[in-house]
Amino acid sequence: MIEAAALGLAAGLVAGMLGVGGGILFVPALTLGVGLSQLDAEATSLLAVVPVALVGAWRQERYGNVAIRDAAVIGALSGLGVLAGVALANALPTRALKIGFAGLLLVTAFQLTRHAIGSLREKRTLREKRSRLERRA
Amino acid sequence: MAGGRTLKLAAIGTAAGVFSGLFGVGGGVVIVPLLILWFSFDERRATGTSLAAIVIIAAVAVILQALYGNVHVLDGVLVGVPAVAGVLAGTWLQQRVPVEAISLLFALLMVVIAAHLVLG
Repeated sequence: MIEAAALGLAAGLVAGMLGVGGGILFVPALTLGVGLSQLDAEATSLLAVVPVALVGAWRQERYGNVAIRDAAVIGALSGLGVLAGVALANALPTRALKIGFAGLLLVTAFQLTRHAIGSLREKRTLREKRSRLERRA
Repeated sequence: MAGGRTLKLAAIGTAAGVFSGLFGVGGGVVIVPLLILWFSFDERRATGTSLAAIVIIAAVAVILQALYGNVHVLDGVLVGVPAVAGVLAGTWLQQRVPVEAISLLFALLMVVIAAHLVLG
């Protein structure tokens, strides 16, 4: 029980810091940490995603970063996809589900890496600009 | 033109829905890049809008998964409630730690978990 709570805290911390959704971290936390099956971990992760996304959206809304109408349309028209996804998750063998999730992990790892490298480049460019300006002054 | 926008939003919702239902995630991994690509949202706006959409998507997905009997409610609450505190602490920490290094570290960890899933 304490394990689940600690893992939730840690996953949330990383999710908030890196700007990734909680789900990608909740699922491995629930399989490796709590011992749920891949399917049950995915299903249970969704329950944890709801409050995390809610608080995140609420914070972003205060900064004017939410196109609320577009978000509502995306959410309202997601039903068919969700239905297909859930049915598929329940139909697929665990092995296929694990391989699919591994693919998602790799895509996320790639996005994180690209983002980090882009951000490091940006910082270096800024530093160089500043030092050039300082030299001129 | 307005119809085109709705169609694109529907495509985003459907794709995110599949990801959410299939993998137990919010679907931000597809929503954020598509909002940037199709509607030229900046990253903050794409992320904020994605989070709001995910509230609905994940809520629908968890209800459907519960109908299949796969949701461990107590575990979900035990993970979800502290996670909210974690996210708040994480966004605060974001301004104060070298995020790039941590990102690369976690990217590596994700690759390790992926290998474990495939091989283990």
